[in-house]
Amino acid sequence: MSIFQSSLRKPLIEGKKSYQEITSQILDPLVNKPIKLWYFAITLSGGAMLFGLLMMGWTIWQGIGTWGENRTVGWAFEISTFVWWIGIGHAGTFISAILLLFRQRWRNSINRSAEAMTLFAVICAALFPFIHLGRPLLTFFIFPYPNTRLLWVNFNSPLVWDVFAIATYFTISLVFWYVGLIPDIATLRDKLRKGLKKTVYNFLSFSWKGSARDWHRHEVTSIMLAAIATPLVLSVHSIVSMDFADSILPGWHTTIFPPYFVAGAIYSGFAMVLTLLIIARKLMNLEDFITVEHVESMNKILIATGSIVALAYITETFMSWYSGIEYEQYMLQNRMTGPYAWAYWIMIICNVGSAQLLWIKKLRRSLLFTFFISIVINIGMWFERFVIIVTSLHRDFLPSSWTMYKPTIVEYGLLIGTLGIFFTAFLLFIRVFPVISISEEKSILKTENALQVAKEIHHG
Amino acid sequence: MDNKDYISVYFDDEDPMLQALRRLKENNLTIIDVLTPFPVHGIDKLLSVKRTRIPVGGFIFGALGGILAFWFMTWVFTVSYPLIIGGKPFFALPSFVPITFEMTVLFAGLSMAAGMFLRSKLKPDIRFKPADERITDNMFVIVIGSNANTTRESIRTVLSGISIIEIR
Repeated sequence: MSIFQSSLRKPLIEGKKSYQEITSQILDPLVNKPIKLWYFAITLSGGAMLFGLLMMGWTIWQGIGTWGENRTVGWAFEISTFVWWIGIGHAGTFISAILLLFRQRWRNSINRSAEAMTLFAVICAALFPFIHLGRPLLTFFIFPYPNTRLLWVNFNSPLVWDVFAIATYFTISLVFWYVGLIPDIATLRDKLRKGLKKTVYNFLSFSWKGSARDWHRHEVTSIMLAAIATPLVLSVHSIVSMDFADSILPGWHTTIFPPYFVAGAIYSGFAMVLTLLIIARKLMNLEDFITVEHVESMNKILIATGSIVALAYITETFMSWYSGIEYEQYMLQNRMTGPYAWAYWIMIICNVGSAQLLWIKKLRRSLLFTFFISIVINIGMWFERFVIIVTSLHRDFLPSSWTMYKPTIVEYGLLIGTLGIFFTAFLLFIRVFPVISISEEKSILKTENALQVAKEIHHG
Repeated sequence: MDNKDYISVYFDDEDPMLQALRRLKENNLTIIDVLTPFPVHGIDKLLSVKRTRIPVGGFIFGALGGILAFWFMTWVFTVSYPLIIGGKPFFALPSFVPITFEMTVLFAGLSMAAGMFLRSKLKPDIRFKPADERITDNMFVIVIGSNANTTRESIRTVLSGISIIEIR
């Protein structure tokens, strides 16, 4: 097979492996007992999850009066966290769909875990509308179903679009993830000798046998799912942003919201993928598959999306002045210098400052720095949603109803709890399914090995 | 196991496998199937696998989903329960677009995945036994139909010079 590749590109799989080595190196950590650090991590995240479930139960039992919301600030912490999680859920399908269409081979080692992350993040996000309702038993009211009241949901409302967008996004992401997983589950099935585990994986592998015709259909289906998932990724956060942009509140009522939110979503999603992958490669010995090259490529996307976010902040500031509307102008002045200025400046420092540091190659290729900056970015992105929501609401059109919002312990508990659910699910996932797409790694192996040889010749 | 009506040839790399496939085709041998650990490009052409119609199905079901969603919203707001919302018209076309789009994607995606599962006969089966457990690891297998003239020996002659792991 002839290979046309720039000699500038570095290999994505280190160590000139054989097909067998790829299988065993990805699957061995699954078959063997986990390392100590894994137990430590799952204890920590499991504890956070239990605390969150307790607070969720308390909210449902006691009602949403346990939260800090008041008449003026009716949306605050929970919506911020909801939007934050939905945003994080964007990187997975971006990596697996958009980067597949652009034939970016570096996605092969990271797509599986990024897709899993998407699913868990969307589950965390979907919990919020559920507990937000106050009466979770009536959740089915948000779906259009024939009922005795003869009423339908309001299809003109972005909140209803959201239900459809998120439900579709979750379903398609799940299907995409599982379709990709089937050949690898088959590999795992054949690796295991016998026992209950083998039976379970045999069931889950859908009797995959690796026939040429099956591969053909598998490939076509994957690429087609990628093609339809691409506009879907962009639509979901656009619709989430319309929850705000379709209102007439200063600070929300802007047309830049959809692209601004989508860029922000991919920004925070990539940051979360980096956080998780740097953990996963340590826990599962995947240093040869998730290389510094991968981290650097993702950091470049952070620079791009981080700069779009910065541009959005500048546009927002400019437009509020240029609009000539005093409410808009006051809103932004209040954001920058008012009682919530600390939140605004945390957001600016974490989101605008941090990504620009990645222009420095040394920092971009440093795993420790990337890990640190990925957490900083996610803190910043959480504050972005908090700033947008709370500072726009807390001083509304009627100065007599101006107020402050202060989150309660229950609300912090919900944030910590969803983080716990997210990390617990991810830690279990990396123990149960191959965290790297084995068949896709094998399909790029030849090219990568040739690059490795070329590199060695180059360096003498 | 000598009375099987097929012969499996094992390779541990895709290049000799493709070479063998070409040679078997030149000799007009019936190739039943090729089993590989990952999608090897070039097999489809050699086996003359027809391009799957899954995308066509996806298009049809996607269109169906879109039409269904759009028709449903129109029916709800103009026939079933016309409700004035913010003084807007009952038939508010632009605000039907997002849900129409989402349902198009949902139907298209689900139908294509279902198409793949149905056409490849993928179903959960705990009694399933793979032809060889090494196929999902590093073995590439060509399954050839055998008869009185096509025996293991004759295939070995045809494939002489190509690195073969084993013939069963």
